[in-house]
Amino acid sequence: MSSTVNVRLNVNGTEHELDVEPRLLLVHALRDKLGLTGTHVGCDTSNCGACTVHMNGEAVKSCTVLAVQAEGAEITTIEGMGTEDNLHPMQEAFWNNHGLQCGYCTPGMIMSASALLARNPNPTEEEVRHGLEGNLCRCTGYHNIVKSVLDAASKTGAQA
Amino acid sequence: MSVTDAAPAGHVGRELRRKEDPRLITGRAQYVDDITLPGQLWAAFVRSSEAHAKIVSIDTSAAAARDGVRAVFTGEDMSDLGGPLPMAWVPPGVEVNNPEHWPLARGVVKHVGDPVAVVVGDDRYAVNDAVEDIIVEYDPLPAIVDPEAAIAGAPYVHEQFGTNKVHEWTLAGGDVEAGFAEADVIVERRVVNHRIAGAPIECRGVLADYRAGSLTLYTSTQVPHFVRLFMALLLGLGEDRVRVIAPEVGGGFGQKLQVYGEELFACWASRKLGHPIKWIETRTENLSVAHQGRDQISHVKMGAKRDGTITAFHVKILADFGAYNMILTPLIPSLGAFVMGGCYKIPNVQTDITGVFTNKCPTDAIRGAGRPEATQMIEVTLDQLAHELGMDPLEVRRKNFIPKEDFPAEVATGVIYDSGDYHKTLDKLMEHVDLPAFRAEQEKLRSEGVYRGIGFCTWTEICGLAPSRITGPNGVGVQAGLWESAMIRVHNTGAVTVYTGTSPHGQGLETAMAQIVADKLGVDPSVVEVIHGDTSMGPEGRNTYGSRSLATGGEAVAKATDKVVAKVKSIVAAELEAAPEDIEVANGKFSVRGSPDKGMALADVAGVAYIGAVPEGMEPGLEETTFYDPENFVFPFGAHACIVDVDRETGKTQVVRYVAVDDCGRAINPMLIDGQVHGGVVHGIGQALYERVYYDDEGQLNTGTFVNYALATAAEIPSFETDRTETPSPVNSLGAKGVGEAGTIAASAAVTNAVIDAVRPLGVDYLNMPLSPLRIWEAINQGQGASPEGGPQS
Repeated sequence: MSSTVNVRLNVNGTEHELDVEPRLLLVHALRDKLGLTGTHVGCDTSNCGACTVHMNGEAVKSCTVLAVQAEGAEITTIEGMGTEDNLHPMQEAFWNNHGLQCGYCTPGMIMSASALLARNPNPTEEEVRHGLEGNLCRCTGYHNIVKSVLDAASKTGAQA
Repeated sequence: MSVTDAAPAGHVGRELRRKEDPRLITGRAQYVDDITLPGQLWAAFVRSSEAHAKIVSIDTSAAAARDGVRAVFTGEDMSDLGGPLPMAWVPPGVEVNNPEHWPLARGVVKHVGDPVAVVVGDDRYAVNDAVEDIIVEYDPLPAIVDPEAAIAGAPYVHEQFGTNKVHEWTLAGGDVEAGFAEADVIVERRVVNHRIAGAPIECRGVLADYRAGSLTLYTSTQVPHFVRLFMALLLGLGEDRVRVIAPEVGGGFGQKLQVYGEELFACWASRKLGHPIKWIETRTENLSVAHQGRDQISHVKMGAKRDGTITAFHVKILADFGAYNMILTPLIPSLGAFVMGGCYKIPNVQTDITGVFTNKCPTDAIRGAGRPEATQMIEVTLDQLAHELGMDPLEVRRKNFIPKEDFPAEVATGVIYDSGDYHKTLDKLMEHVDLPAFRAEQEKLRSEGVYRGIGFCTWTEICGLAPSRITGPNGVGVQAGLWESAMIRVHNTGAVTVYTGTSPHGQGLETAMAQIVADKLGVDPSVVEVIHGDTSMGPEGRNTYGSRSLATGGEAVAKATDKVVAKVKSIVAAELEAAPEDIEVANGKFSVRGSPDKGMALADVAGVAYIGAVPEGMEPGLEETTFYDPENFVFPFGAHACIVDVDRETGKTQVVRYVAVDDCGRAINPMLIDGQVHGGVVHGIGQALYERVYYDDEGQLNTGTFVNYALATAAEIPSFETDRTETPSPVNSLGAKGVGEAGTIAASAAVTNAVIDAVRPLGVDYLNMPLSPLRIWEAINQGQGASPEGGPQS
């Protein structure tokens, strides 16, 4: 067995200390070590964005980050966004606008979209479309995803 | 949306937001890879690097010696299977060459990705390391990749047949030769419908757990009931000992309508090793070994009188099935043949299909399955014909539409279209599209160097797959009845559980079915739970594909609920001393007509039923089951318009606007319908412009990742305009038709016609998909697109 490395990360507000193989991907640390299975893997080549999480406030594809690179980082996954009783506005917008079908790309979409609005609280449709270029969806044709993000922006933009 | 009917009285017809979503948007849903069982081991496959080769040797010693590896298996180890992987189409009177197809290759590989060996070990990294240590020595055999070369002769994919031909199948109505003799104008074209991938964002995955004589298989599938049957048959287990669960499934698109070797391997290995076995597919595996779709080359011939009346349509399809027949592979082009006349009254229609083996991944159903191909042939050729006649393509369409008075309409192929009003959908489309204004704008833009085009597609299809008497062994030849089941259980408290035999995976059936049940039982949809995708819960089912889950599965739910309602009415009538026929449901209560105050809510009735205080002779409890086999298919239809800009300098196409007017019968939840249309349309646009599975001449796959298999992103696609008409189906009480495949069936033809319209002034009259920048650029610059071959073959 390969030697392991100690890594500390804060995930959804909780401190974790893990012994991991240096090659372990962040997405597998989250899923297999911490049981946070809401973050999905869809491609292995950083094209699909299903694995998107926030690392120190930025959207990153967690299949392209080693767990050791996240040393000391603050990670937010879909589980940290909101609960069924207290949804994040982006989650609420996806539900209200039928922004998902099979749901597999959805956590990554929500993480990318929320990071997009953090950078640009009132995007145009074109800005939303380009902002989500790194997230693939096969079900929705993107129409209702874009609508969801614009809806979330219209409801939260004033506060941002 | 601008359907202007009055607001619906009940839940049916409302845009209820989905019951499925809370678990999905919070990351709490469970897909296969999210499930971990105690003692679970991982599997990873060694796959062929060769398109066609003898396996000389497989050295597994280094892999087997690695830490964390529990076992390595090759094809010979699985000699105790009850048989090869299934192919379930036996068309009466038609010979189909069907080679044995095993979960692990036995001595020879037939396409890149064919599984050769498999490693089982402690975790996902360990087994993938070990795969790299397995040394396979191949003796390459000549590979055949081009279907037209393959049908012409050797080399053969399966030597024992002495041919690469799989089968021949014809469906003819009328007399096409007589029809062409009457024609003033005949157009002939070569229509290439290239190979595409299903590409659900969740790849396939399995987790098999055999213990104490019983097998549980979690698998990312559309068809858990079919998988259970074949796991039982091939492993020699009673069906009662096999439970197949489709947990949350991250998209299917037909790719997961299959019984796969990896499923069978995991079950077999779990029994052998006494551990749960998990296999999670990589994207490269998904793009190289999960079944693909389309891949047809057709020669089409359409004849018409000078006034535009189409007299005959003859299609000869060469369908590339890849290396093996999967569960329904050779049937797929036939699904298009049934509707080869489209929505037109064409008296003479003939489809001749030849299936061919090549050293490529097998093909089978991918969203639309045969019908996008048929629509492409009909709708693109019709545009070509209109141009030849010097007529407006819409005028030719209108001239040939089956008039609404003809429905139910028996068409030349012998199929009976259930209902339709094609003028109405096209009229509605043209309310959104101002064609004269477009033509003026097009002219003006051309003078500025912008090549804009508009393309139309007026489509119909055959779906709601059922009825058994037509699809089954004595009809078309599918070795299964395609009815659907439902069970409704009203609990003591009045909460309702619906068990459907369908297996939805994103369509929103939990919501739509709850809406149907809620109206009938006078309850809120929030107290109606819909259970699906578990063979141990509810009756035997026939799963989800072919846009069947609402028209067939939803109707089964409606019928089972009607049985519950009948019992409820009898109980209420006895309690209220009235006649059952005078009981009605209104405002959440079952009451005597005219006396709405004195009623019983479903919970009250359930209480009576479970206490056993039911009328003399009636069984206690409140639960009913239905097996529903419809009389006919359903035939949704619509009219789509696509506007594109083609860059003359680069050949790049941009979709500027897309308008879809669809009619899938009565709308149960319009929001879900729009969602299905959006996704379907992008699948069709994607095929036309971006997606292509590409093998080189040696049979090496060049499109094994999302880096080079291009799914459309949000940045390429505009927002859509959707609208609908509602022409109820007479086939089921809901009046519903399917919509899951509609957008895909329509879109590629609309895009193709739009691109041709854009580049016509540049001397290009005809083009085949994929409409890549290179192909369009070459056509513009070489003028090759003017040939009936459909442009450069790059």
